[in-house]
Amino acid sequence: MTTTVSERAWIGKDLKRREDPALLMGTVTYINDFKVAGMLHAAVLRSPYAHARIRAIDTSAARALPGVQAVLTGKEAAEVIGPVPAFCAEPVVEHAIAVEKVRYAGEAVVAVAAESRAIAEDALDLVEIDWEPLPAVTDVLSAMQPGAPLVHENLGTNVVYDHVFTFGDVDGDFAQADHVIRRRLRWPRATAAPLEPNGAVCAYDPARGTMEIWSNTNMLNSASWVMSSMLKIPPHKLNFYPMYTGGSFGSKHFLAKVIGIAGALSKVTGHPVKFMEDRLDNLMANDSQGPERIYDAELAVTNDGKFLSLRLQTIDDYGAYFIFAITGNTNMMAQITGPYTIRSVATGIKAVLTNKNQQTVFRGAGSDVGNWVLERLVDAAAEQLGIDRVEIRRRNFIQPDQFPYKIPTGNVYDSGNYPGVLDLALAHFDLDAWRQEQARARQEGRYLGIGLATAQQRSTYSSTEFWFHNPAPATGLNSTPESVRISVGPTGGVTVTMFSPFWGNSPETVVAQVVAEELGIDPRDVNVTYDSTAHALPSAGPGGSRMTVMLAGAVHGAAARLKEKIFKIAAHMLEASVSDLELVGGQVRVKGVPSSSVSLADIGMRAYWFKLDLPPELESGLEGTFTYDHPYTTKPHEDRKDLGVFYPIMGHAAHLVAVEVDIETGAVLFKKYVAVHDVGTVLNPRSLQGQIRGGIAQGIGLALLEEVRYGADGQNLTSTFVDYLLPSASDVPSIEVYHQETPSPFTAYGVKGGGEGGRMVAPPAVTSAIEDALRPFGISIAEMPITPEKIVRWVKEAQSRRSGQTH
Amino acid sequence: MEDDFIPVRLSVNGVPHRLFVEPRRTLLDMLREDLELTGTNAGCEHGSCGACTVLLDGQSVRACLLLAVQANGHEVMTVEGLARHGRMHPLQEAFWEKQALQCGFCTPGMLMTAYELLQQNPDPGEEEIRSALSGNLCRCTGYQHIVEAIRLAAQRLREEAEAATPSETTA
Repeated sequence: MTTTVSERAWIGKDLKRREDPALLMGTVTYINDFKVAGMLHAAVLRSPYAHARIRAIDTSAARALPGVQAVLTGKEAAEVIGPVPAFCAEPVVEHAIAVEKVRYAGEAVVAVAAESRAIAEDALDLVEIDWEPLPAVTDVLSAMQPGAPLVHENLGTNVVYDHVFTFGDVDGDFAQADHVIRRRLRWPRATAAPLEPNGAVCAYDPARGTMEIWSNTNMLNSASWVMSSMLKIPPHKLNFYPMYTGGSFGSKHFLAKVIGIAGALSKVTGHPVKFMEDRLDNLMANDSQGPERIYDAELAVTNDGKFLSLRLQTIDDYGAYFIFAITGNTNMMAQITGPYTIRSVATGIKAVLTNKNQQTVFRGAGSDVGNWVLERLVDAAAEQLGIDRVEIRRRNFIQPDQFPYKIPTGNVYDSGNYPGVLDLALAHFDLDAWRQEQARARQEGRYLGIGLATAQQRSTYSSTEFWFHNPAPATGLNSTPESVRISVGPTGGVTVTMFSPFWGNSPETVVAQVVAEELGIDPRDVNVTYDSTAHALPSAGPGGSRMTVMLAGAVHGAAARLKEKIFKIAAHMLEASVSDLELVGGQVRVKGVPSSSVSLADIGMRAYWFKLDLPPELESGLEGTFTYDHPYTTKPHEDRKDLGVFYPIMGHAAHLVAVEVDIETGAVLFKKYVAVHDVGTVLNPRSLQGQIRGGIAQGIGLALLEEVRYGADGQNLTSTFVDYLLPSASDVPSIEVYHQETPSPFTAYGVKGGGEGGRMVAPPAVTSAIEDALRPFGISIAEMPITPEKIVRWVKEAQSRRSGQTH
Repeated sequence: MEDDFIPVRLSVNGVPHRLFVEPRRTLLDMLREDLELTGTNAGCEHGSCGACTVLLDGQSVRACLLLAVQANGHEVMTVEGLARHGRMHPLQEAFWEKQALQCGFCTPGMLMTAYELLQQNPDPGEEEIRSALSGNLCRCTGYQHIVEAIRLAAQRLREEAEAATPSETTA
């Protein structure tokens, strides 16, 4: 039943997304568009202090306002809901509404449910709070000092996690090195900032003890049992409905606080309650800020430019809570040595708590940071050894015949052709012409730079990454399944049901395409639906670039089960043997006898309504369900010297960028941007290119503009889109995207995930281009965002250093 | 204060409406809550992202920054007014073809900004399009596909207009 590339009818076809017409006509229902009868609206009062004790709260005036149905302080909410579920082993407790003290500016303190959002907000103005402000810690280095104010007193320290992982003979390899490249590098705190904030409608039914939840959480099925402890309702009495989601980029995995607030208010009022974040809520308190890391990074290199070993020590500012523990750092261990044959690694991680909104996941999930750090070291090695940046990468690439390739941490790369990707990028970029152009520009006093990054884009996570940093024998989850149901109705209509929501990707197009491939029908004839958790099969939901891989596998498996029954019924109808049948164009026919055939409609009608004419062992109905488990994952070793296989579906990309830097204004102008990605078999070129270009735009945003900033007092200085700068249409260039296809040996059709690659590779490429442009000044770039102010300052400093030397 | 409801008469997508609103009600809330036209989205509610862009007498405005009472006596057009009899407008068709959207949340605002641009300039170049879009944020696409879609729609609308002109002269 396996088809070869040339035989494929729909896999690889450039298709318009079936999700789009409803989105274009404004008829989809996002969570903010959703309402149910009797629904109340919530608003949240947020802490003006980064760190303060709550002495007393007077809500009497707020309660007295007409239209207000409930006012909840953290203490009152804690009577109906438990703490936010956390995945960390450390005792860091977070409540949806703060109890006793607040730990960052913007933390929820009081929630109101009223007849309208406006009345709820009016009520917040009437709440009186007696605060005892405490000193805040926002600088990670100060937070680590003894005697620093403690974010969580019960920990006795702000350093919540501190461990060095060593894989292979790092000391021995460093001893053998001819050169050690050393850099201190800083990655800025960014945030996903999808245009749609988080929201939930919770409807508690006291008579049945059930709660229905409509929200834009992405992990419905994980959410149902994880949220149960917070909502104090058994998992099987919670029903989560999938909603169309206006972007996530990792920021909408659980939304526990939003669901907790709406859930608590619904429990106390007996009404459905909607809580919809506004932009201020989202930028101050959405629990999805990205990593903020300081690295001391070292690369051991031989005289001929061979990389031997990598030694990293990071201090990572996790903010005030620790819901996913050090996941961003464990994620990075999937591809920490990049596309290179580095044979040993040491990586030390100090996770520090501060008075900021917490870090969780943002597209790349920490592996984006690893790419940037490694590519910074590789560029530095090239410069220090006088080896061309392209050449030094070629000398260290894992070669196509070395796959599957196990890296020092234990993760396995499934397949790849890194020299091939680089060659394709060079062919489209015309490096020689740009080098000539650069030389000519420099004579004219203009600063052109050429940037290069060759980096990994891991896909399809395994849940072991959430806990393997804990010492043995601690064990955790190790399943990440995804399921679909394919039904053929009595008139032959095909419906696919998914259990994960749309979040800006193209799950409906993917499943229609794959089911069309398997059943020999047109994807436009396939109906695609979603179902709530009450009816769901196992599903882990979107994240870690897994949905295309997992849905393709699930549909492939479900179609096989469905076809088994289709063939049995058809064989019975055609009085033929199953082995003589084939499915072509929605018809089952006897091989070589096209006239002897039955349609899916004939088979469907027989399956549903003619039981006495079915093979006697078959029951009525015609559907196939399949739960596709992670295609290749293993447990970490007890000693954690080998973390097991947890992210093996490995993509790769090469980006080549030409920029011109105006040293007077600090402006960076893109002249050319070429991106070549290899994410295995391309399912739908159009949607993949959209993901890549959009990801690159976010990577450019991070490299040039984006940073969540806090004042010394802990105030969030970037709580509007006026201050937190997303790239606009004038900031992002047109990007040439090309594909190389090296299929995965482990997945259905050989597909790999491509959702994060653009963002994971753009930051090192853009940094490298700007550094190259500023090479005449001898500037080494060690931080982002590379803002105009910084460029102007660095150039001035370099010029004054020079003039100081000459005078 | 909350008892002072003010009458507002306006037309939305060609349909006349008369309603009573609080003076503080934004045009965005009136469209979404009172008229149940939820195609227009609230992205930032401080005038930065452009997701709530609608046309007021043909001119693009941020529905989150305008009060409903300010729309009194005016004609408003929202994304729901683009398609005719279930058929998408050429801009919507071009957005679909070029995949100028991913999550779709900024899309209604993008479409209204593009609609205004093409009314004023039937043949905009890339720089003019990017400049027109500079007040509309998109977090998904990187804008390139949106620019391409607007160029494609402009070309089709010009061709449609050219095809319509000779038949009028012969008639």
